[in-house]
Amino acid sequence: MSSDQPRDSITGTSEPLTDTREARMGEGVDSRFNSKLREAFGSTPFILTKFDKFMNWVRGSSMFMLQFGIACCSIEMMHTYSVKHDLDRFHAGVPRASPRQADVMIVPGTIVSKFAPRMKRVYDQMPEPKFVVNMGNCSTSGGPFQEGYNVVKGAEEVIPVDIHIPGCPPRPEALVYGVAKLQERIANGESSPVTVKPYELEQFGDLDRDEMVQKLADDIDEETLVMRYNWADSP
Amino acid sequence: MSTYEERNVEPPTTESGDVDGDAIEALLGDHVLDREEHLNADAYVVRADAVQDVLQTLKDDAGFDHLSCVTAEEHEDRFESIYHLKQYDDPTNEVSIVVPTSREEPVSESAAPVFRTADWHEREAYDLVGVQYDDHPNLERILLPDTWQGHPLGLDYNQDKPQIVTFEENKNPLEDHARGGEDSDTMFLNIGPHHPATHGVLHVETVLDGEQVADVNPDIGYLHRCEEQMAQKGTYRYQIMPYPDRWDYGPGGIINEWAYARAAEDLADIEVPEYAQVIRTMGSEMCRIACHLLATATFALDLYGDFTAIFMYGMRDREIVQNLLEDLTGQRMMFNYLRLGGVVWDIPEPRDEYFENVRDFLDDLPAKLDEYHDLITENEIFQSRCVDTGYLDPEVAKNYGVTGPVARGSGIDYDLRRDDSYGYYDELEWDVVTEDGGDNFARLLVRMREIEQSARIIEQCVDLLEDWPEDERNIQANVPRTLKPEAGKETYRAVEGAKGELGIYIRADGTEKPGRFKIRSPAFSNLSALKEMSTGEYIPDLVATLGSLDVILGEVDR
Repeated sequence: MSSDQPRDSITGTSEPLTDTREARMGEGVDSRFNSKLREAFGSTPFILTKFDKFMNWVRGSSMFMLQFGIACCSIEMMHTYSVKHDLDRFHAGVPRASPRQADVMIVPGTIVSKFAPRMKRVYDQMPEPKFVVNMGNCSTSGGPFQEGYNVVKGAEEVIPVDIHIPGCPPRPEALVYGVAKLQERIANGESSPVTVKPYELEQFGDLDRDEMVQKLADDIDEETLVMRYNWADSP
Repeated sequence: MSTYEERNVEPPTTESGDVDGDAIEALLGDHVLDREEHLNADAYVVRADAVQDVLQTLKDDAGFDHLSCVTAEEHEDRFESIYHLKQYDDPTNEVSIVVPTSREEPVSESAAPVFRTADWHEREAYDLVGVQYDDHPNLERILLPDTWQGHPLGLDYNQDKPQIVTFEENKNPLEDHARGGEDSDTMFLNIGPHHPATHGVLHVETVLDGEQVADVNPDIGYLHRCEEQMAQKGTYRYQIMPYPDRWDYGPGGIINEWAYARAAEDLADIEVPEYAQVIRTMGSEMCRIACHLLATATFALDLYGDFTAIFMYGMRDREIVQNLLEDLTGQRMMFNYLRLGGVVWDIPEPRDEYFENVRDFLDDLPAKLDEYHDLITENEIFQSRCVDTGYLDPEVAKNYGVTGPVARGSGIDYDLRRDDSYGYYDELEWDVVTEDGGDNFARLLVRMREIEQSARIIEQCVDLLEDWPEDERNIQANVPRTLKPEAGKETYRAVEGAKGELGIYIRADGTEKPGRFKIRSPAFSNLSALKEMSTGEYIPDLVATLGSLDVILGEVDR
């Protein structure tokens, strides 16, 4: 038998392999190699886009979270980071221990009077642009402890917040969904809101007194240059 | 390393084995003003200036070596501090010391020189209720900020009055005293409250001499979310039960709920059906496994900075336990599963499938534990970090009211599941785990061996539940819709939490809400002993010690 004749014994044994592959792929072209991205590229390897748009896409696709455990929700947050849920699959996986290296702060727990100023400090230490995800009812509104004498009624009293995730605590799936929503918003060009709280007036000391700073300074009542520990009148 | 010598002082007992109240009254002499009956023990009202004398006598001559809890409360006409004393050898021997003081001048003598654990407990009493203690080493606020005005659990506290503090008060604490002074060798270092190694929002003020810890002072209160106030605002029957889940969110939910249930059932005289007791026992052992797995996983994370192997393994196994608990209770962490007089619902249908899942988990567990031992305990690097670091002497531990795996790691054979038995524990076969090392390694070993024991208990519970006759599956006793225990009834009951003795003191005031609800948190007392373990050691060992203490800040601060 010459070698240009296929041998039955070999072609016969290779069949099951292709069977499996074909069963996985289904009919037609393998869609795994035909992603949306590739469709967008068409036949050319070049893309044209605005730099800002590209940067937003990059920013949303590579987020560094702050390793920030406060209360019960942080246990679920740990589960979200680790096996099974694995937030890393959604480009947001590796928690950074230092706020200087983090983009996103997940606030997982009840904020109380003693901790609120410390959380503000940690937030201030994060580089711009920075985003905040409120995890659970406590950091949204005080949650089950809202009536407590010592509880700050939501992290938003202290720092600006982008996404609220309800739950007590939210399941890891909910946190993944919240983070994905945040990424969507970032990719659509949303940047972090800049708010100036009355007690930040001191920080103007470093700034040039331009129109904006002057206006903010004028808005501030000197007597409110304090931190309030309980918000009796807040909603 | 000193050996653990048992003091051979036993409390005077009657023939039936109970504490002999008259003998104790005779022992205390004229210091006793009055006697009260608490549901858990006899209480002696003593003069405010004789606290140290009374406690010293009880400690030395009657063997009450465990100051379990200090409760302060305000009445219409007086302040009261209650010292709940127990014995490490037999915690059913209890006695309470009630110290009344006038409303005008709420000053009583401090117990801190006798029992070191009273230090933090009295600071908390001062902080929240406003009782002052003479001769206390450091009577300042512990849970609330220093700038707080008023004592929030007092009767005339106005919660609507804003607490306003100038911005200056919140300035960087490091600016002034980063060093101990011009010519000092020491350096002041803040660890926390946001720090990866503190397991939450603990703030540890350390003074370093080179790399050695010269002084360490845990500063707590960053998660003080008014659990006691919340419980005092809720009705016994339903409104309190969700809160215990949030004390030890390890998740020790069912164990915590049981602590409340045990105290309230004692107060309202409710008998729990046996079938419900078995389910409770099984549920709380699952919680214990989850807690100990978390402790092991984060301990390895602290020591190695290892986010990839052991931490992930721990989380992987916790997912399974959490799934089992979710099937049982309906929630992953905040179970709200126990009710006074039973549990809320039966084992999920189909029962066979559930039992099979539990058995699968138990069957896989030994191989997984071997894996942990391979990775952690047999690892040379790990051993060099843990062996002989963070040593806690058993006598010191008793003085600080240390309980749970931390105490058992120092060779103190104290486990409320056996010694003050509740639920179904005394019907089952299991062992109390102790290690004599007293160091970080011993505490880790205790936890890992306790996981095995918990698995044994669960296995027996599953066997029992499976064979339980269908018409005797009573999960709930008859409990009145509104519970109003008589005014003046008081009780202190504890269960063995994942971190140690979790006690609840309740005073009924005749309404459907507790007059005073006090939580004795095990992690609070365990953490107060940190100074003893870490002073003189290296700073990395301090981190290891913190990890081996396994504090959950929700439980420390409440």
